[in-house]
Amino acid sequence: MAKLDSKIPAGNISEKWTNHKFNMKLVNPSNKRKFDIIVVGTGLAGASAAASLGELGYNVKAFTFHDSARRAHSIAAQGGINASKNYQNDGDSDFRLFYDTVKGGDFRAREANVHRLAEVSGNIIDQCVAQGVPFARDYGGLLDNRSFGGAQVSRTFYARGQTGQQLLLGAVSALNRQVDKGSVKLYLRREMLDVVIIDGAAKGIVVRNLLTGEIEKYSAHAVVLATGGYSNVFFLSTNAMNCNATAIWRAHKRGAYFANPCFTQIHPTCLPLHGESQSKLTLMSESLRNDGRVWVSKKKADMRNPADIPEDERDYYLERKYPSFGNLAPRDISSRAAKEVCDEGRGVKGGDAVYLDFKDAINRLGQKVIEERYGNLFEIYETITGENPYKSPMMIYPAPHYTMGGLWVDYNLMSNVPGLFVLGEANFSDHGANRLGASALMQGLADGYFVIPYTMGNYLAGDKPTLVKTDHPEFEKVAKEVKDLTNKLLSIKGKRTVDDLHKQLGRIMWDNVGMGRNEAGLKKTIEQIRQVKEEFWKNVTIPGSGDDVNQTLERAGRLVDYFELGELMALDALDRKESCGGHFREEYQFEDGEAKRDDENYSYVAAWEFAGENKWNLHKEELKYEYVKQAIRSYK
Amino acid sequence: MKAKKLNLTLNIWRQKNSKSVGSFAEYKVQVSPDASFLEMLDELNNTLELKGEEAVHFESDCREGICGTCGLVINGHAHGPLPKIATCQLHMRNFKDGETIWVEPFRAKAFPVIKDLMVDRSGFDKILQAGGYVSINTGGVPDGNTIPIQKEVSSLAMDAAACIGCGACVASCKNASAMLFVSAKVSQYALLPQGQPERYRRVERMVKVMDDLGFGSCTNTYACEAECPKGISVTNIARMNRDFMMAKIKSKEVEV
Amino acid sequence: MGWFLKFLNSSIGKKFMMAVTGSFLLIFLIIHLVGNITLFFGAGAFNTYVSALDTIKPLIRVIEVVLLGAFVLHIFNGLRLWMENKKARGITYKVNGSKENSTIFSRTMAITGSIILIFLVSHLATFFWRFNVHDPMGLATHHQYYDVVVYFFNIWWYSILYVVAMIFLGYHLNHGFQSAFQTFGWNHNRYFPTIKIIGTIYAIIMALGFASMPIYFLLGGGN
Repeated sequence: MAKLDSKIPAGNISEKWTNHKFNMKLVNPSNKRKFDIIVVGTGLAGASAAASLGELGYNVKAFTFHDSARRAHSIAAQGGINASKNYQNDGDSDFRLFYDTVKGGDFRAREANVHRLAEVSGNIIDQCVAQGVPFARDYGGLLDNRSFGGAQVSRTFYARGQTGQQLLLGAVSALNRQVDKGSVKLYLRREMLDVVIIDGAAKGIVVRNLLTGEIEKYSAHAVVLATGGYSNVFFLSTNAMNCNATAIWRAHKRGAYFANPCFTQIHPTCLPLHGESQSKLTLMSESLRNDGRVWVSKKKADMRNPADIPEDERDYYLERKYPSFGNLAPRDISSRAAKEVCDEGRGVKGGDAVYLDFKDAINRLGQKVIEERYGNLFEIYETITGENPYKSPMMIYPAPHYTMGGLWVDYNLMSNVPGLFVLGEANFSDHGANRLGASALMQGLADGYFVIPYTMGNYLAGDKPTLVKTDHPEFEKVAKEVKDLTNKLLSIKGKRTVDDLHKQLGRIMWDNVGMGRNEAGLKKTIEQIRQVKEEFWKNVTIPGSGDDVNQTLERAGRLVDYFELGELMALDALDRKESCGGHFREEYQFEDGEAKRDDENYSYVAAWEFAGENKWNLHKEELKYEYVKQAIRSYK
Repeated sequence: MKAKKLNLTLNIWRQKNSKSVGSFAEYKVQVSPDASFLEMLDELNNTLELKGEEAVHFESDCREGICGTCGLVINGHAHGPLPKIATCQLHMRNFKDGETIWVEPFRAKAFPVIKDLMVDRSGFDKILQAGGYVSINTGGVPDGNTIPIQKEVSSLAMDAAACIGCGACVASCKNASAMLFVSAKVSQYALLPQGQPERYRRVERMVKVMDDLGFGSCTNTYACEAECPKGISVTNIARMNRDFMMAKIKSKEVEV
Repeated sequence: MGWFLKFLNSSIGKKFMMAVTGSFLLIFLIIHLVGNITLFFGAGAFNTYVSALDTIKPLIRVIEVVLLGAFVLHIFNGLRLWMENKKARGITYKVNGSKENSTIFSRTMAITGSIILIFLVSHLATFFWRFNVHDPMGLATHHQYYDVVVYFFNIWWYSILYVVAMIFLGYHLNHGFQSAFQTFGWNHNRYFPTIKIIGTIYAIIMALGFASMPIYFLLGGGN
């Protein structure tokens, strides 16, 4: 069994990356064009990686299942991107960003990775500005910042409420430039269905052409997966409809370890559920908590309208429980606090929602300022709910949003499978058990712009330039397996729809592997998931054919993987007998309900190796904290 | 809390693939006024799938109005009758009980129908690939605060950059012109100092590709602005016209 | 010159051509209207005005050629745009919501333009032809231009057609005026609303001004 080697460079934490960059091998400029690299996904991580690798001279093949690279779900990130620029003179530094992120991640992230992230955070801003990303500016013409949860400095750069959109359009513009130059070939409407491993190294992928249904094979010297997270396992999440775990899951089944699958983030500020037909949950940027105050009634099942609840009967529970961070407490803590008050029956009209109130901010700053800061978010809210948040408080509730877990990678962002790199949300590396707001954009772009261009060279320098041909027997074998799976799905012709079964799985996951988890529930969950999975394979119906556009088939293929992933999430949650970050085991809490971490026994990354159906082997990567002392994470 | 369900008649464009001839199919649905338009279609698809019929194919992704994937022409309006929203943000409370709704794909020669309500908008990316960028490599760029940019200018650039590339402008223009989309990208860079070195080359190349793809010409009806989910202004088109003419006048090449 | 032809063949170039020729015609209409106002001051005033133009015939001929060029290009280019743009849509919508997203003036440029073209032909066939080429009654040769105008405008259906055409001209100008500014890139959110208002006022003045002449004579004016 391969031992997990995180390949963390030696030396002081602030010098690790610098030294490592020097020590890594290089590929001669004229040799770069002899190497082919596949990049799957064109979100922030994928687009920035493909563009940067293309600029260096590699032959890049970029894949997306979208009709355009610009549609990746990074586009929906609203609030902003962190960087330790210290433009505000409020005491920020690389070390503080590093410290905040490690602490925010509840001491389950790898120190060296996080420090590197902080180091390059400033470069990201410079890069994006140079690309023409219209960040918010002050009247003096310089970049503006706002505050975000889990930090006491203002280090978040933003472009109205559309930061993700602007950063993605920037990264895609860089990608488009390489497409124009011919160094990147873009494959649209292709869904990766498997990775091909030859002689122990990743050498290509098999995709389905979503327009023709054709199963296509592509080979390369290295494969980069930047395919995002797996929150859609819950069916209802803030992820886009088509976000899925198929690429990383199929890679996992081919040998890549899956790390910390139970670390999922439930975002505190989403719109509450409205009904059965709901297809997804909508996020309201965390930046709203800069000026909005979260409260519920002190009484249970208080059916009064918010305006009729007097000030002294309101419980501003975040301000009460966490006076120093108040409404800007980190996401996991805010979400759990909301769940707690709702479980007590004090949610909005006894239901699952809490108020996010802007009345005080509007009185203090005027409606115009609020409009400038959050105008588009308020509009979104009004369009969806039909209520005007300037007049009555918003109603919010937590929803699955981000997954800190993902494929295991070493310091070079390479998985345990040589040549298989994993970037962005798809990997597990930087956020530990909880991600701070405005850090996902930072990580995606750091990985793509500033890490992979170096570490990829280091890997390829040891590889031969001969390219494996796609008629290699292994390619044929994998392609056949993919085709067989498609045919099997189409042949079931049962009585239940894909969405119906997915909703059933989602409910199981949300109830037992959501905000609160316990041993009995998790054990039951594994049984339940297996039952739904069995039901799926017996009774799903997928009309249409495999050699045409077939969205039902696409969704079915993704659901197949969610069953297995869901089980692993429950298994991981069961194994981790502690509460940390987004993982809250009800058995492990302090008397006041705060998460009780167990550093002695669980300071490790749980990397799961697939060992056949319903079987996994656990590998542990010990986490050492040399620069941030593991302490009870307090935001009080 | 639970509002009464709406009974609606949907006339939806069904087309097997890009080569076949399509036609409208009628469906009766019952839907909660709190559901979104696309959730109504999801429900319809569920009932169709249960009957073993193929789902009505339409595209959507983020369902928050930012990715630009969705786009239907609903009762003659791209993204439906309400201003400044994408199809995914349209909610059924805006319709009346008993109403008949016509659902069509975006129509343009440059946006061929792939299946049902799905169209191929890859032309937009071809235009972007012809210069919709600033030619800089990763690394080696100056500090973000090196060049101060007037707040108003930055804000105008952001207004233009807010385009989600959905294609509603093309769908609603009587000429199927892509001028609003192209001009939004051209404007973003024309306004910012970062875009100046390639300002004129960019507009020439992007307009050339736009023309080659078979989009129509702009006749200033401003339907695009009225239907744009992000309210992109036609002043961007004016700016592009100006820049394009300047590019032609200033160009040092004899034959371009 | 190749680049210039290519420019004119680009989508923006075609707009530019419409705007340049259109602007020229906008100015011509003002001069034309101002001159024709002499009709309201009786035969003497009008005949003197036309005779004066006759004395600078060579210059007028040059202007006429340029004018003809502007008309031909405007019409040719407009028709071409109309055909190309129709093709760019392909299959049309079953339900069309254009009423709510654009003005009738902007949508009907091809129709109003065509009607104006028909009018233009009849207008030239009556006045221009009689004044310059074929003069059966010998009025123009004796500088009795006013009588030619009276003759035609007393034909009731001719005058009514004339008035109707002027309404369409107003439609056409209302969109064309501001459209030219937009095409030249002169759209500034502070000034453009004013330009639109000026355009509408201009269109109303032109339509009313030219229509007032047949109405004046039809109602017995000038006799």
